[in-house]
Amino acid sequence: MTKLLKMKTNSVDSRFEAIRFIVAIGVALLVALILIFMVSKEPFQALQYLFLGPISKFRKIGNIIETAIPLTYLGLSVSIMFAANQFNMGSSGALFLGGTTAAIIGLVLPLPFGIHPLVAILAAGVMGGLWTSIPAFLKLKFGASELVSSLMLNFVAFNICIFIIMNYFRDLNAGTLASTKFFETVLLSNLVPGTRISYGLIILVIMVILSWLFMSKTKWGYALRMTGLNVNFAKFSGISTAAVILYSQFLGGFLAGMGGASEMLSLYDRFKWQMMPSYAFDGVIVSVLGKQKPQYVPIAALLLAYIRVGADTMSINGDVSFEMISIIQGFIIILIAANAFLKKYRQKMVVKEATEND
Amino acid sequence: MEEIIRMENILKVYPNGIVANRNVNFSIVKGEIHALVGENGAGKSTLMKILFGIEQVTEGKIFLNNQEVVFNNPQEAIKHGIGMVHQHFMLVPSLTIAENIVLGDEPKSGIMMDINKAIKDTKEIAERYHFDIDPKMKVEDCSVGTKQKIEILKALFHGAQVLILDEPTAVLTPQETEELFKELQLLKEKGHTIVFISHKLNEVKEISNRITIMRAAKDVGTYQTEKVSKEDISNLMVGKEVLWDLNKSKAQPKETTVKVRNISLINEHQRELLSDVSFSIRKGEILGVVGVEGNGQRELVDVLTGLNEISLGKIEIENVDIKGFSIRKIRDLGLSHIPEDRMKLGIAERASIEDNLLSIYYDKKDFLKGPFLKAKQINEWSKAKVKEYLVKTGSEKTPVKMLSGGNIQKVVVAREFSNSPKVIIADQPTRGIDVGAAQFIHKKLIQLRDEGAAVLLVSADLTEVMDLSDSLIVFYNGKITAYFEDASKLNEHELGLYMLGIKHQSDEEVRRCMYD
Repeated sequence: MTKLLKMKTNSVDSRFEAIRFIVAIGVALLVALILIFMVSKEPFQALQYLFLGPISKFRKIGNIIETAIPLTYLGLSVSIMFAANQFNMGSSGALFLGGTTAAIIGLVLPLPFGIHPLVAILAAGVMGGLWTSIPAFLKLKFGASELVSSLMLNFVAFNICIFIIMNYFRDLNAGTLASTKFFETVLLSNLVPGTRISYGLIILVIMVILSWLFMSKTKWGYALRMTGLNVNFAKFSGISTAAVILYSQFLGGFLAGMGGASEMLSLYDRFKWQMMPSYAFDGVIVSVLGKQKPQYVPIAALLLAYIRVGADTMSINGDVSFEMISIIQGFIIILIAANAFLKKYRQKMVVKEATEND
Repeated sequence: MEEIIRMENILKVYPNGIVANRNVNFSIVKGEIHALVGENGAGKSTLMKILFGIEQVTEGKIFLNNQEVVFNNPQEAIKHGIGMVHQHFMLVPSLTIAENIVLGDEPKSGIMMDINKAIKDTKEIAERYHFDIDPKMKVEDCSVGTKQKIEILKALFHGAQVLILDEPTAVLTPQETEELFKELQLLKEKGHTIVFISHKLNEVKEISNRITIMRAAKDVGTYQTEKVSKEDISNLMVGKEVLWDLNKSKAQPKETTVKVRNISLINEHQRELLSDVSFSIRKGEILGVVGVEGNGQRELVDVLTGLNEISLGKIEIENVDIKGFSIRKIRDLGLSHIPEDRMKLGIAERASIEDNLLSIYYDKKDFLKGPFLKAKQINEWSKAKVKEYLVKTGSEKTPVKMLSGGNIQKVVVAREFSNSPKVIIADQPTRGIDVGAAQFIHKKLIQLRDEGAAVLLVSADLTEVMDLSDSLIVFYNGKITAYFEDASKLNEHELGLYMLGIKHQSDEEVRRCMYD
């Protein structure tokens, strides 16, 4: 009897999670709906742009995927670090640093076609990984919170990059801050004509698969997950938790660094980044939506990208501004992250299952 | 006799789906000592937590003096004159006894707390109930028995008429238990009503007027204590005849596996937690460790298993000095560890049973192909372990937090016992789990002993250590104060005298536990 009960509770949990996810998005969209009706003179038009805009044109579908690529890299990055219970927020710094590293390799290192972008992406990954390892090292050595140090280091990363580009690679003929042009061999060429999707997409797919394999199928992934779930238990079992703390954060930064390189070499032919990309918390959003599982991260990234492209379309064509979308995002995250959301409903489900067995 | 509390048709379902109370009816009359007995996990604590407002009912009603009441939190229950002393004390160690007792209802002078009045009040209430305590003493310096007195006084200070005691004797020595019982009798004479949760039948028979027995979340009746025998109670609790016989053959100890010589452990406050401890554990024997909690047993386990490092002395496992060894390296010598705190160290509750079984084997050759885990082999192996260790679950992929305490412990034990351990450190191996699971673990321990493991058993449950151990050492104040070569020849009362430090053996007698 107890056996039956336990099984049922299990299925209640997965069912409940699915329901909660859908309701969270539903509530957030409802809030968006209300806001749009409040601010827009043509609310139906605006809604159409928001929901159907992203699939109205082939180019727009391309936009969804373009937007989803860096989001996926960041989501993978954050997921691996969070799964180890390391709250390293350095992904956006690592991404910026990775982009800059790739740019510099594209500027100074002449390499043959085909090898050049791979070297640039790999170097960007290593730089990103080393960067996010700094908070890990500080934590192990001095007990500093990785959350605080990684957030602060984002600013350091950003300013170092801008400093290097401005002082050593700036194209004085360009009106704004930009480097000279990269060697053409370094660029990731276009994969889908009519969009800006490059061969970077294939690299990303490989990275998603590798991340999933790493997390669920290897001994390192196992040690990482156990450390994340209960560090005392991991230590007690003889798992080297210090190693996990280091490699989880190195890999997180590595993926973010690759993401930066992929962006840089797909969308630009020279370094043009002017400010910190707005990615700071995007990785966290995607990671939370994807339950910190690499296999779900691309889906979460696509969902977020869809909403963003829709918002973009709405703000260009309609009279509702893009900021609206930050509000929707905020709601989704709060509702999904809030453990107690729909708790009463869950309790009812559990009680029903439990007493039905009488 | 006047009924003071009545709980009707209580149903409690926890968020994890466990039904802790099902149609429970419970009633207490004024001025009685009412024992609430049942196996671990039968729902006694839950029922009392509901009465004290810590948990809320799913269905059912509570009446206080025939008025229906709803307690949303303990503060409301306290206001209605209900007090509870928990199994784990809820005191602030760095404050004095007086400060702890008035906490939550401090006497004030202006905006400041009136310390002198607090001390005076504490003295008064202690005298009224004949409790011998010093209000100015810090709680961290008090013994376990005193801490319990403080908890009781605290409840009385806050106006408790009904006092709930959750397994109050679990942490006490036999002598302290006697003292507690005298105090409870006195409280009863003064008109207080007491609910006494226990599963120690001797005590229940001795102290209570009436008994309510719970089994598997239901109540199986309330009885006048003098009208039921211990055997009756035991049968009602378990629902079947309990076989107490362990079928233990005499130990045949062989060569020494663990050699502990002159170890000391000094903490950052320069306190000696272990001082000059020496003993040996031999192949094929169970060495029991007893002592009142906080006399060095925990520290001993920590240094043997690599969770902490000794300050002085030497520990050898299979003739290897473990100085500076990581937990991993110590485990590789063949040591297994059942930790005292199973939720903190023994498992990752959100991980599956399979993942929990794997944690000390995940990088062993049999389960790996390159860096990849062999999913199929692991799954088959964990299925077999779940079966062998009778873990009640639908699937080995179920998260461990869905299991009951006894089944969680079976997962821990299955993991720790599956590598043919040479040394087993079993720290409270059956604390808080049901009789069936406990018996199963006991049998396994004896089986491994017979297969040649050296076992160190630390337990606060005296019956357990005395039944299971071949030899016994007593810890008092970080030292071994007694060694008994044959544990079966001891009685609880005598052991209690050693545990309290009233008696101790000569150095020569203690030195016998080194064998060489």
